[in-house]
Amino acid sequence: MSAVIEEHHHDDHHHGPDKGIMRWVFTTNHKDIGTLYLWFSFSMFLFGGVLALGIRSELFQPGLQIMQPEFFNQLTTMHGLIMVFGAVMPAFVGLANWLIPMQIGAPDMALPRMNNYSFWILPFAFTMLAATFFMEGGAPNFGWTFYAPLSTDYAPPSVTYFIFAVHLMGISSIMGSINVIVTILNLRAPGMKLMDMPLFVWTWLITAYLLIAVMPVLAGVVTMMLMDIHFGTAFFNAGGGGDPVLFQHVFWFFGHPEVYIMILPAFGVVSAIIPTFARKRLFGYDSMVYATASIAFLSFIVWAHHMFTVGIPIAGELYFMYATMLIAVPTGVKVFNWVATMWQGSMTFETPMLFAIAFVILFTIGGFSGLMLAITPADFQYHDTYFVVAHFHYVLVPGSVFAIMAAVYYWIPKWTGNMYNESLGKTHFWLSFIGVNVTFFPQHFIGLAGMPRRIPDYSLQFADWNMISSCGAFLFGFSQLLFLFIVIQTVRGGKKATAQVWEGAHGLEWTVASPAPYHTFSTPPKDMSEAHG
Amino acid sequence: MNRVKRMWQFGLSLLLFSNVALADWSDVNLREGVTEISRSVYDLHMIVFWVCCVIGVVVFGIMIISMLLHRKSLGAVPATFHESTKLEIVWTIIPIVILLVMAVPATSTLRDMYDAGEPDIDIEVRGYQWKWQYTYLNEDPEKEVKFMSALRTNKDEINNLANKGEHYLLDVDNPLVVPINKRIRFLITSQDVIHAFWVPDFAVKKDAIPGFVHESWAIVEEPGVYRGQCAELCGKDHGFMPIVVHAVEEDEYETWLSDKRDEAAAEYELVGKEWTMDELMAKGEQTYMQHCAACHQPNGQGIPPAFPSLVGQGLAVGNINEHIDIIVNGKAGTAMQAFGAQLNAAELAAVVTYERNAWGNNMNEMVQPKELNSMMASQ
Repeated sequence: MSAVIEEHHHDDHHHGPDKGIMRWVFTTNHKDIGTLYLWFSFSMFLFGGVLALGIRSELFQPGLQIMQPEFFNQLTTMHGLIMVFGAVMPAFVGLANWLIPMQIGAPDMALPRMNNYSFWILPFAFTMLAATFFMEGGAPNFGWTFYAPLSTDYAPPSVTYFIFAVHLMGISSIMGSINVIVTILNLRAPGMKLMDMPLFVWTWLITAYLLIAVMPVLAGVVTMMLMDIHFGTAFFNAGGGGDPVLFQHVFWFFGHPEVYIMILPAFGVVSAIIPTFARKRLFGYDSMVYATASIAFLSFIVWAHHMFTVGIPIAGELYFMYATMLIAVPTGVKVFNWVATMWQGSMTFETPMLFAIAFVILFTIGGFSGLMLAITPADFQYHDTYFVVAHFHYVLVPGSVFAIMAAVYYWIPKWTGNMYNESLGKTHFWLSFIGVNVTFFPQHFIGLAGMPRRIPDYSLQFADWNMISSCGAFLFGFSQLLFLFIVIQTVRGGKKATAQVWEGAHGLEWTVASPAPYHTFSTPPKDMSEAHG
Repeated sequence: MNRVKRMWQFGLSLLLFSNVALADWSDVNLREGVTEISRSVYDLHMIVFWVCCVIGVVVFGIMIISMLLHRKSLGAVPATFHESTKLEIVWTIIPIVILLVMAVPATSTLRDMYDAGEPDIDIEVRGYQWKWQYTYLNEDPEKEVKFMSALRTNKDEINNLANKGEHYLLDVDNPLVVPINKRIRFLITSQDVIHAFWVPDFAVKKDAIPGFVHESWAIVEEPGVYRGQCAELCGKDHGFMPIVVHAVEEDEYETWLSDKRDEAAAEYELVGKEWTMDELMAKGEQTYMQHCAACHQPNGQGIPPAFPSLVGQGLAVGNINEHIDIIVNGKAGTAMQAFGAQLNAAELAAVVTYERNAWGNNMNEMVQPKELNSMMASQ
């Protein structure tokens, strides 16, 4: 027996990463796959960002300057799809890959080969999606919510490729989330109870269940579209006895949990960073877990608040309004806990902390506009205006995206063994912070004043704020090149990081060396006392 | 560190400044509108907005105080507390109470909106790609008034070749006209994709969905011109299908309505007469530019593959009966609409004639409105 173990150990010793490109193609190592996901996500973030700058350029002034409406619609659609499915979701999966095994003391993800497949599906899916730009009739042009019948009977031929790409993304997400669930439930270090897990692990466990529940629903709705387009069914065609509103119900039954899929892991990231830089334990760990679970549950029963204007009976409108307002309660608990964590701490403001604090403030502003949108009679005025655009960009950009950037700054010393350049990091933060607010805050104003979303041209009273918003967008967009520079600089070298990296950091990932060895926790750690910081 | 402090103060002052701005500037806030409902929606909006502001000031205020005082650089020593069930209960209960306070007026406003009452006037609103059709319903179908309402803004203004007018993109050829102080019921539906009928000053926004007829209503209290836009992405020209409502005194409304009826009768008379080629071409060009050019383009070249070219190919130079059929009945599964429901026989005949003879198609064929009328009747 001991000979076997020794041999295994010996084997391990030589099993470093392969050389060359094949290391990345065939890798089953959670750290490699995490890296792949993160780089993929960043490239999609830049691609989606370029599309967004196209949109903002056209909206810089009233009139049509640089593109025709049909191309504008392709840009808004593809920007949304790329950012949601290509940038934000894969970034969190990348973080999950890197961190979950290290945070629970596991040697790797539970299903490493499937992990490889989950990632390598994505480049094909997005290449196909991006290729639609070059097809006859252009890319999908019906909005990222692809409401039928605009996306079925009236869609460009490329819609079929879009459907196939969505199927591939769905398969990737489902495999990824199965992996996360199995890893967390089976591979925790002996002695680590569920309530010992760091919040990032908790939020991902819950997110993974949301993904498994709703990605098949998305697959279902695009399959119904496919049938309508090619096989003569009429699920969404009123002329054939179908129901266009059915599409929206099915889509938003996926879509609402989807928005929580994009924010729950961000909660986990922020719950790790704030205690570290406040040098104080996270306030109300238990209530944070329960609040996350409540938000996830509520996300399944509020979908029709996206559809207040489709003509739902008053009983339905009232129910969905009340249920939606309820989400403010657990969300509020989280915000209050973060503030209480900061209170009487001993704070320093390194880049990850700056992003985390900006997350709390700006996400809360997005929460306020969310609460306003929940009020049905007022929503009749806000619905499908720039107020909605401002709302969801506030929760997604300074929400999810800031949390991802905070995570990168926070854990990159652990990943690379090098400290990033702090003053460049802070510069990146301030440019992003100003850029994001200049871009999206004025959109509240033009939305309230009556500018519908998804229009390539607008009447003159919206001109000033649109111009300001476009300037902010370019500032924010170009600041991300600085982020790219900082990351590359850190990967290539820099001040060596210690194992703990941050004075106030707690958790198992900080007990291994920096950079984290290719294989960590081949033997499980023993001490669980500080597992969740 | 002072630098950071100053930046936070700057951020805070920006935030406060924008709050003040929201209360004062109508350019950056909801409109109060001109109906009882729209004012009650506005009040609701302001209540929720101010509640959010107060919560924001408290929460962000505590955060900022903490960031200013509890810094390591000031020698702060971290406290060790990390949970309090009492606090968790408090900050669960307080938001619930605040939400209840908001839910009460929201519920009552919503009930008012759904309490349609007996309408004085019924108007069917039908969305088309990319215009609206208004039908003033009447028990006697002869007395119904029906017309299309489309963007009037000149293409040159959109393409920056001419100065943009005051109501750029918010002007239509045939506005909706309603009397004040009457209960108007809008019956909203769509002919093709989903649109949304939105008039901000009435707080009316309802999706126009094919296969559904939704209702919404308004009692307009002040005469005036109220402008809105389609609010649901409906394809290429979604940004170019405004809604304009003229609210007028009742007698003015009655005059307008009977003028519209006379106009329709005069148009109907024209169907019976014998048209010359020049008359048909002139009428045809006008109709084409108004109804067909958005897709098939003013030069007839279209935007293939979605919107095919009409020049030297297809039905415009093919069988005339099939050409008429597709214009009258549309083509299922495409953006080609059934124009038989939108245009009168003279317009239909003229546009067929125009397409067969414009852009070098030179088929030297024409169709008379009365021929077309009898073809449609025989279907």
